[in-house]
Amino acid sequence: MYEGQALYHPKGWWGRYVFSQDHKVIALQYICVALAIGLTGMFLSLLMRMQLGFPGLFESIDAGNYYQDVTMHGMIMVIYLLTALFLGGFGNYLIPLMLGSRDMAFPFVNMLSFWVYFLSVIILVCSFFVESGPTGAGWTLYPPQSILPGTPGADGAGILLMLGSLAVFIIAFTMGGLNYITTVLQSRAKGMNMMRMPLIIWCLFLATFLGLLAFPALLVGAIMLIFDRVLETSFFMPEIFKGGEVLNYGGGSPVLFQHLFWFFGHPEVYIIALPAFGIISELISCHARKNIFGYNMMVWALIAIAGIAFIVWAHHMYVAGMNPYLGFFFATTTLIIAIPTAIKVYNWVITLWNANIRMTVPMLYCLAFLITFLIGGLTGLFLGNVAVDVPLSDTYFVVGHFHMVMAVSPVLALYGGLYHWYPSVTGRMLDDRLGKIHFWITFVGTYLIYFPMHYIGFLGVPRRYYSNEQYDFIPESVNDLNQFITVCALIVGAAQFILLYNFIVSAVRGKEAGSNPWGACTLEWQTLESPPGHGNWGDKLPVVYRWPYDYGLPGATDDFVPQNIPDEQIT
Amino acid sequence: MSSQPVSFEESVPDNLKGLVSDWSSDVQTFKVRWSKAMMWIFLVSDTFIFGSFLSAYMAVRLTTTEPWPNTSEVFALHVGGADIPLLLIAIMTFILISSSGTMAMAVTSGYKKQRVRTGVLILLTALGGVAFVGMQMFEWSKLIFEEGIRPWGNDFGADQFGGFFFMITGFHGLHVSIGVIYLTTIAVRVLQGRYDRLDDYQIVEVAGLYWHFVDLVWIFIFAFFYLW
Repeated sequence: MYEGQALYHPKGWWGRYVFSQDHKVIALQYICVALAIGLTGMFLSLLMRMQLGFPGLFESIDAGNYYQDVTMHGMIMVIYLLTALFLGGFGNYLIPLMLGSRDMAFPFVNMLSFWVYFLSVIILVCSFFVESGPTGAGWTLYPPQSILPGTPGADGAGILLMLGSLAVFIIAFTMGGLNYITTVLQSRAKGMNMMRMPLIIWCLFLATFLGLLAFPALLVGAIMLIFDRVLETSFFMPEIFKGGEVLNYGGGSPVLFQHLFWFFGHPEVYIIALPAFGIISELISCHARKNIFGYNMMVWALIAIAGIAFIVWAHHMYVAGMNPYLGFFFATTTLIIAIPTAIKVYNWVITLWNANIRMTVPMLYCLAFLITFLIGGLTGLFLGNVAVDVPLSDTYFVVGHFHMVMAVSPVLALYGGLYHWYPSVTGRMLDDRLGKIHFWITFVGTYLIYFPMHYIGFLGVPRRYYSNEQYDFIPESVNDLNQFITVCALIVGAAQFILLYNFIVSAVRGKEAGSNPWGACTLEWQTLESPPGHGNWGDKLPVVYRWPYDYGLPGATDDFVPQNIPDEQIT
Repeated sequence: MSSQPVSFEESVPDNLKGLVSDWSSDVQTFKVRWSKAMMWIFLVSDTFIFGSFLSAYMAVRLTTTEPWPNTSEVFALHVGGADIPLLLIAIMTFILISSSGTMAMAVTSGYKKQRVRTGVLILLTALGGVAFVGMQMFEWSKLIFEEGIRPWGNDFGADQFGGFFFMITGFHGLHVSIGVIYLTTIAVRVLQGRYDRLDDYQIVEVAGLYWHFVDLVWIFIFAFFYLW
């Protein structure tokens, strides 16, 4: 849609529901595909846990399959679930609605973005069905081992499909991301200046920026790795002897791949974390009926995080053989990024202080997020220091840390967001009782899964090992803990079907939500019809008179004043 | 009058004031068309792709175990019994930069709504792009068939030379080729009078941004590959 050009109107069923250019339909398509592939990722993690908790119980899980499970679980969860769901799903749905525009800046490109993403998922799934199976190189895909025979998927098409799928995903992300940024910058409602945007829009905007600048490094790494594998170039490959024979490689730099990968990989952490921050900011203010504390500071902290995110990447590589002075630099920047992050956490906590907290399901997820993110962040301080990281690197401590901070925390925020915005999409509420059951099993369960991992890690149990049996330094008790973790993981895994059931049943039988069930100030609840129709705003675009957090304004009739209400209409 | 306190608005220089008021305005941050804003953002992202390619190339060139091939020898053209270093590449660079010139002229005449002149100038730009890609094909075939340089190795030095050369110039050549298709499409639409009917020639400038970017990237590739 050019400015001034008429809104595209869909023709027929296909145009309305399949090849739709409406940002809301595209968002739902993103969410459904991401959840489907995410369920696959969860299933893979359960297979992994079965092997760790009950070694040898399933004979079909051999070492090769185990590594394939580990790899695909990581890749699917980080990229195809969380990145796609936050930016493709929440981004597409919320950006135009919250900013008061009719659609994304370029709806056709937006539609292409989803279909190209869908293609990348298909390519990824294909790798399960080729002869070699998917790649088993670990989600970081470090060469040389990721492309040398002996690693699962390396001698067949597995690794190529993985890299190809990533490249296609990056194209999809770029098309979507250009749209999000252009829409945020150029297509806001009258009165909606940058400092009146809801915090989640700031978060999505900055996360997209991080994506547009970080994914290129992964694209370049993937292209070069494909060449190393197919054309036997030696970008990343040093001279390698195998069985006494020298391979056709020589002179390349394996550490270069790690630099390229983590130049993407660390901003990727924030691509996932920033939208989670945004969801929490919206939910915590709305469900505590109080304005967000320190809006300006929240924005500047986000910008600081987004900036520093680009100069911390090598803290993933302390044991890779870098120059130690580099470790000093990256440890310093890593600890500095804790400052803006702490500002955000404090502001959320102070928002809760003296607030009229409603213990709704989204609020429960907010509180759970705060605690989980705090714990995950604190273990991050351990790993950010070179001297502490070196012995803990590649142990289960790292697994516990990053699952707390960038798996469980964003997923908690994600669930909170789904519960919060479900009424806006469907016009019906999710079932509260099922929601609370699902919340408590997920919240307590994840702690029972990941807390023991920190302890196992301190004992020195290495991550990614297929079996812990033949090592003297690993005590017997680790196996008991592993069994316990596996049982908890199975329960939490099963509990996710409560959410799915709730989604499907509530869409038909849920309580009617009305236009603004949570009493929120942001624009997506102030549409003419609810759920919002094509074009979002009917004949007249909304005009914004205030910031998005006017809860409990003195003198107002309600305890909230939506953004599109002028001062004279408050009372 | 002079005793009155100076407000923040007055104390900041004009350019900075413009920046502040742009960023704090509603509806639009930049007073440009959406397509132009989007092209700029895309180019920033694309910069990071080329930046990653070139940094990877520099990192490997500094760490590789074998010496890097002598570029003025490898890229020399044998003309009239003498090896002239960088001859072909000088011509290619000249053509590409000239095509940026015609593109800039096309943008100007676009804003003056000179339909035929704009279309012809864009086609001329595209022609420059075609010539560039053609000469690049000639250079590639010379390197591959006469000097035996392959992505996985060569007789002049480090194996990575061929890989990086073909990958980066190939990726740039791909950009030029896409640009040629893009420009031709725009030129046809200009000549058909589509933008006269819309009374809006800004798309010419958007296409021009892309073309100038591709040109600028070439300067860096030229400097880092041929002159270093």
